[in-house]
Amino acid sequence: MCSASRLLLAAGAVLSLATLQAADLRVCADPNNLPFSNRQQQGFDNQIAKLIAADLGKGVTYVWAPERGESFVRKTLLAKRCDVLMGIPSAYPEALASEPYYRSTYVFLWRRDRNLQVRSLNDPALHRLRIGVHVVSDDASNLPPAQALANRGMFRNMVSYSIYGDLSKPNPPAALIDAVARGNVDLAIVWGPLAGFFAQREAARMAMVPVSPQVDRPFLPFTFSISIGVRPTDKDLLKSINSALEHRRNEIRKILMSYGVPLLDADLRAGSRP
Amino acid sequence: MKRNCVLLLPIALVAVVSLAGCSRMRGDPKLDAAGTQNVPGAQSDIHVVSPVSSGQWLTPEGDLAGTRFSALDQINTGNVKGLHVVNEMTTGIPHGHEGGPLVVNSTMYVVTPYPNILIALDLSQPKGAVKWKFDPHADPRAVGIACCDVVNRGASYGDGKIVYTTLDDQTIAVDANSGKEVWRTKVGDPNLGETITSAPLIVKNHVYVGNAGGELGVRGKMVALDLSSGKEVWRAYNTGPDKDVLIGSDFKPFYPKDQGKDLGAATWPPDQWKLGGSTIWGWITYDPELNQIYYGTGNPGAWNPDLRPGDNKWSLSVIARDPDTGHAKWAYQFTPHDEWDYDEIMENIAVDMNWHGQPRKLLIHPARNGFVFVLDRQSGELLSAEIFEKSTNWASGYDLHTGLPHKVPEKATHQGKITENICPSSTGGKEFVPSSLSPRTGLLYIPAHNTCMNYQALQANYISGTPYLGASVKMFPGPGGFQGELVAWDVKNAKPAWSVKEEKFPVYSGVLSTAGDVVFYGTMDGWFKAIDARTGAPLWQYKTASGIVGNPMTFTGPDGKQYVAIYAGIGGWMGAVAFPSLSTDDPYAALGVVGAMKEIKNYSAPGGMLYVFGL
Repeated sequence: MCSASRLLLAAGAVLSLATLQAADLRVCADPNNLPFSNRQQQGFDNQIAKLIAADLGKGVTYVWAPERGESFVRKTLLAKRCDVLMGIPSAYPEALASEPYYRSTYVFLWRRDRNLQVRSLNDPALHRLRIGVHVVSDDASNLPPAQALANRGMFRNMVSYSIYGDLSKPNPPAALIDAVARGNVDLAIVWGPLAGFFAQREAARMAMVPVSPQVDRPFLPFTFSISIGVRPTDKDLLKSINSALEHRRNEIRKILMSYGVPLLDADLRAGSRP
Repeated sequence: MKRNCVLLLPIALVAVVSLAGCSRMRGDPKLDAAGTQNVPGAQSDIHVVSPVSSGQWLTPEGDLAGTRFSALDQINTGNVKGLHVVNEMTTGIPHGHEGGPLVVNSTMYVVTPYPNILIALDLSQPKGAVKWKFDPHADPRAVGIACCDVVNRGASYGDGKIVYTTLDDQTIAVDANSGKEVWRTKVGDPNLGETITSAPLIVKNHVYVGNAGGELGVRGKMVALDLSSGKEVWRAYNTGPDKDVLIGSDFKPFYPKDQGKDLGAATWPPDQWKLGGSTIWGWITYDPELNQIYYGTGNPGAWNPDLRPGDNKWSLSVIARDPDTGHAKWAYQFTPHDEWDYDEIMENIAVDMNWHGQPRKLLIHPARNGFVFVLDRQSGELLSAEIFEKSTNWASGYDLHTGLPHKVPEKATHQGKITENICPSSTGGKEFVPSSLSPRTGLLYIPAHNTCMNYQALQANYISGTPYLGASVKMFPGPGGFQGELVAWDVKNAKPAWSVKEEKFPVYSGVLSTAGDVVFYGTMDGWFKAIDARTGAPLWQYKTASGIVGNPMTFTGPDGKQYVAIYAGIGGWMGAVAFPSLSTDDPYAALGVVGAMKEIKNYSAPGGMLYVFGL
């Protein structure tokens, strides 16, 4: 019995496996970037990607790529190594963005035992504090907290942490939140999802307050809507993702809340973009 | 004598015997021998400070002083039109092939872009058969970190070893004969954003290596390794307190602006220097007589100038060091407080020349910021700074008494502010690609760019899932209907003698000049060109299979004949626009260069090649 048919069977198995894999939603993600994603798929974007894929009747195949610098999108999504990027700003120009699946804000973060009352970037108390911020180096611009402090001339208050961090350590951007917990800085201004997630994990109790104003002068937004990105030509895929986001809205919200992501709900419903 | 040795032997024995004989006779010239000399046919007042290349090509620049001038003259203005391909080889790697090969005795050495394979070619065999290949097994994770393609700019030869660097921050010495590894030393950490793309320089018993990664907030540094063991001898950072920069009591900068304690830290907001960039990804040169190495430094981090008020030393500077101790002797900052990403890692060419009638020890730095700087390399005094790329408009000139630029206020950049028509663009009046100085003509041949940029509206961006609004940079061709230019710069008179315009793209290849009075360079659409060193008249050109971003070199083969070699293989920062994965729909992509390079896809596809030409 014929090796020929066995061969056929084997060929069939290979074929169906190939079809199955081709049918998977291919997601490019950072292997070491909680709370968003990691190789063990413990991030909220890992969970949401799984949910969206399930809604499309697909599994998820990951293409792991450290998310560093502008060429990331070019080397991953645009190079067709994957079909989807989670967690892009909704107005991101290099990819086609889905409807937002959450909207969050930069926050002030401090140890509760510091007894701070900071609510606003214009709070005079900030001038007496060591303020930790993430900075980026490869762009003509910077993360809003660093820029807002620079615009106020508060260089003596600013303690910079590279957003890239040390890739050999777990969750490189978390060094800033650790610095707050350890007392290396008095306060940090940090993207909400990072703050919410890592603050929960610190032994010290932490306080977290959304940055006000939401748009600092001259035009520096501290709130952003976040979308799923596809290649600009993948309009059909975008349509399916948008309806999956609609179907799974409540589940997605539950996931985000379980990771401590500060959510700005009203704006999300309106689907507004920064 | 060298040239004749092959011819004296019976034909049948040439391949076997002559090489050994020839090698012995060629030996290694004493590149680091002190004492200036006059090149045959050179202008009487121009002296090279280190023996120029003649037959072999042992350093990235052909010599230690950075002239990229070869004493070979078999190929000359009269016969160069007869050049044809004698050997070509693909590397199989579709990335930017920067740098150029070495030739030691009868072997040519090629370093590829990542995965950084070192290939030895036996020049005594027909078509330069591969002798061996060395695979360093570089860490693929470094690929995701490199800012601007996964390039490598070449190797150096010394003491029987080929020494080169890998993208994942290793420096590796390989036995030049056997292809076996002698040592390897890790000098940086890709986990922190560091990569290495530059070629090391070997002087005496040391190897000098600089890091890259200014885009990722690393700290620029120069590391000296022992040539025989690979052990670190000293390391000097380009930012931070004096003890980190190896600044001591023997540090004597010429200008008050560069004098003071701990300027590498004091000219930044607190602790910003820790992420201060100022890396070294270009060329290192050496003057044996003064016993000093020279190198330039890259952009300060962060790129956004609003975050780092102050001069931000020692970014965008040239630093002179004692190669044995690493101690800084002097430094000069070309552009205090960078607002345009004007890295100054370009070549610093050492030559002795009359300056206003007096013999002076010059250091010539054609800069990314559009000026040619001429300094006294003993004192660090600025003798001249004149614009070589006409469109340059960020500064109107330099004050030779203070060493400071006259910045044009309208061209300042700030986040949220729209600044239009800044020239040159961040890619510079020239890029890292090295120029060449001919002692015969007194001209510096500069591969130049005429590209400008707008700092435009804010657009959404993100890193590691963290969103923000970033200023967008858009580059475009400068005025005049050309985007590239080979400028022949009259050093003594500090003005251009003539230039050859390249309409479509910046000149992104290195330059070679020879005693045959021929100047070679390549274009991004793949033309390899020879022009007359005195007039710029076109003499010969050849269309290669891919755009040229490498450096031409020349050597004498085992048969006693002169050859010229060049890599083709589009890539690098501007050249990466040719890659199929990079869409030209977004003019802001690839740090803004797409706007200037849109057309490249129609003219060049990626693909690495080595070409060797002979008569």
